[in-house]
Amino acid sequence: MSIELKSNVPAGPLAEKWDRHKFDLKLVNPANKRKHTILVVGSGLAGGSAAATLGELGYNVHCFCYQDSPRRAHSIAAQGGINAAKNYPNDGDSVWRLFYDTVKGGDFRAREANVYRLAQVSVNIIDQCVAQGVPFAREYGGLLANRSFGGAQVSRTFYARGQTGQQLLLGAYSALERQVAAGTVQMHTRTEMLDLIVVDGQARGIVTRDMVSGAVETWFGDAVVLGTGGYGNVFYLSTNAKGCNVSATYRAYKRGAAFANPCFTQIHPTCIPVAGEHQSKLTLMSESLRNDGRVWVPKQKGDTRAPGDIPDAERDYYLERKYPSFGNLAPRDISSRSAKEVCDEGRGVGPGGRGVYLDFADAIARLGEDTIRERYGNLFEMYQRITDEDPYKVPMRIYPAVHYTMGGLWVDYNLMGTIPGLFVIGEANFSDHGANRLGASALMQGLADGYFVLPYTIGNYIATHKLAKVDASHPESRAVVAQVNERMRRLLAVNGTRTVDSFHRELGKLLWEHCGMARNAEGLRTALARIPELRAEFWKDVKVLGTGEELNQSLEKAGRVADFMEFAELMCRDALVREESCGGHFRTEYQTSDGEAKRDDERFAHVAAWEYTGDDSPPVRHVEPLTYENVQLATRSYK
Amino acid sequence: MNLTLHVWRQPDAGSAGRLERYEARGVSPDMSFLEMLDVVNEGLIEKGEAPIAFDHDCREGICGSCGVMINGVAHGPMAGTATCQLHMRSFRDGDEIVVEPWRARAFPVLRDLVVDRSPLDRIIEAGGFISIATGNAPDAHAILVPKQDADSAMDAAQCIGCGACVAACPNASAMLFTAAKVSHLGVLPQGQPERDRRALGMIAQMDLEGFGGCTNYGECTEACPKGISLETIARMNRDFRVASLRARPESAAAAGAP
Ligand code: FES
Repeated sequence: MSIELKSNVPAGPLAEKWDRHKFDLKLVNPANKRKHTILVVGSGLAGGSAAATLGELGYNVHCFCYQDSPRRAHSIAAQGGINAAKNYPNDGDSVWRLFYDTVKGGDFRAREANVYRLAQVSVNIIDQCVAQGVPFAREYGGLLANRSFGGAQVSRTFYARGQTGQQLLLGAYSALERQVAAGTVQMHTRTEMLDLIVVDGQARGIVTRDMVSGAVETWFGDAVVLGTGGYGNVFYLSTNAKGCNVSATYRAYKRGAAFANPCFTQIHPTCIPVAGEHQSKLTLMSESLRNDGRVWVPKQKGDTRAPGDIPDAERDYYLERKYPSFGNLAPRDISSRSAKEVCDEGRGVGPGGRGVYLDFADAIARLGEDTIRERYGNLFEMYQRITDEDPYKVPMRIYPAVHYTMGGLWVDYNLMGTIPGLFVIGEANFSDHGANRLGASALMQGLADGYFVLPYTIGNYIATHKLAKVDASHPESRAVVAQVNERMRRLLAVNGTRTVDSFHRELGKLLWEHCGMARNAEGLRTALARIPELRAEFWKDVKVLGTGEELNQSLEKAGRVADFMEFAELMCRDALVREESCGGHFRTEYQTSDGEAKRDDERFAHVAAWEYTGDDSPPVRHVEPLTYENVQLATRSYK
Repeated sequence: MNLTLHVWRQPDAGSAGRLERYEARGVSPDMSFLEMLDVVNEGLIEKGEAPIAFDHDCREGICGSCGVMINGVAHGPMAGTATCQLHMRSFRDGDEIVVEPWRARAFPVLRDLVVDRSPLDRIIEAGGFISIATGNAPDAHAILVPKQDADSAMDAAQCIGCGACVAACPNASAMLFTAAKVSHLGVLPQGQPERDRRALGMIAQMDLEGFGGCTNYGECTEACPKGISLETIARMNRDFRVASLRARPESAAAAGAP
């Protein structure tokens, strides 16, 4: 079996593609919709909004999440905001500008047509969310407020204090629960997808484990939708929720879905620095803080004075210095790398010297403490709870941390992967952010996919495919279930000496060092040599207690870490082959004399999509060339 | 610092549980409470004992997954703080800490510190939404919302659904949770058309799930990590009374109980 990467981008002018395509898509007769079952895995902004919308349309939907409620999906933690090309502030925004900013922000590694559609539907999202009762911030006149965000010079970000993700997710969740009450969606909580069932080349079902009883079950439908998020937790320490994992997408990869650009990971510039060995996760401080906070380090190496004792002349506001036109709002990859640089030079602050200041003193003097409290109060509180320092008085200390993954399962314009019937939405796919995502665009993409794109395109697939009935007695289903059970049996049988977490930590350190903010061939080769050894040690020495027939959190983790152990290798392979620097992928061998990323459009203006060929043979790298008909490939400059 | 823990252990919903004693050594004040439990669990696994099961996910106080009773207080001693955001600097060397699951008839224990909070989802199903299908929305600026209303809606909408209010209430009532949603939607213009149905439906479901009634102890708001105020309950009671009086035929059917 070989994979063909057909993007299926419709013909015609960019601005008309989506409308024409919607007209060309075949419809499912409304009366027939309830005869079609759709399995939606994940209940975040993408999965939740998709399940709700498909239910409203009349499909028979099953939605699965590993949390105890769909309202807890990790989208909930997004703080800053959601972009939309509403141009309410009348500052020159447009669909075209949002499209251009996103393509440029992604360092010209995203598919033009997808990004344009994203910018187009962004305006519908805001309408939808307001109608649902999402309490966005308002001006005194009752109109919606906007703020600016990294990588843009217009104010197009809508927000609900520092909890925008929470409010948008609760909106999608309420729409979802409405459908649960209406009987169109059946919700399966504390249920984890362990594998994909492919029959006659089409995605037809999934295997799940009930995380309370341990029961392994199968579910079948006309299509499977994965809205299972990103793989940032491969690094162990990240801003992702503890449960976030790669298993659903990785299992789909092993069943034939191509995995695109796994090396494109985003390191967020403003997180609370690591405090010690016990650290279990990292906490993000919203990028919106960079609207009012100024980033600096001492000019002198090893300057240990308290921040207040360092006079202005002896501070280096390095983002303002290096990128005068964007300043503290430089995009994430650039801000992160700059922080690493100054810390590598020995100018970092705080314990261990891995931190930079984010200082609000000027903003407080200018706007008053009340205004700052109104804008960021909950973030300041969170910071204080974690660090025991008061950011109204002393500058925050921040450092970059893994936050988002732009790579994901390859999808065509219809958001369908290389397995027919397998749709992938939100962070789980690769399609819209190229090599770097702009702030406030993840929420936009999740909801665009779930509310406004997938419900159309999946209808076309269902309308144009006659599918035979499949149930648990199908040999393919039995085979997959047997493999799932065997894998769990093996994990439980090792009974070694090391905990799952200790392996996960070790893997994370290895990746952070060699496949993190800066990469090079030598380091990647080191990681590629070490990962298989570590994986072998894991399967020989991991200790998972208990049984599969009970609530067993170690077993859940073990299954996820086993997948991370394989996936990590794919990531490093991808990073090694991509001999250029672009967006979040910075190869130290490929940089300009002043340390900026050096793209190689001749050789790498393409998507790399990996095909699994077996555990003992290397994956095959396929290429989808990226052709830019509407924007000019340019060197990204924020100076 | 060194601590002594007494942790509720219960293998599954059907078995009896009891408090077990564990020593937590070398705890750093910079650890979160859950990180302290992680360390205890690593030690237990190495000794071949089942680790303590507890719910958690975001570990930044927003998903509402975490939550345990710490020395009898929901989410522990620090006001406005979920268990995952509680740091060990709130404790002192030598402290004894009792860790138990949420206790409420409507929240059966599934294992150790993990309880079943699905009744909260069913309360939302019973009306915690605005009926607007995807694509039906008018332009966002067609609806003006006074800033004060948007702000007070947001105050109520911050609820993370952790269930601490239920656990803290001597009656195990879910009034604060329900009232937060009724208030969030009820102060917004978009929420007006379904305001009566919402209050009646959600309160009826709350009773059906076996939550207790509200007798104004106010423990709920004390325990709430997001500081949802008692005013939301007053507002919901008002909505409920008005809706019951109006007694539209459709809402009368939903109003099974006060
Ligand atoms: S783990 Fe998410 S709120 Fe505590």
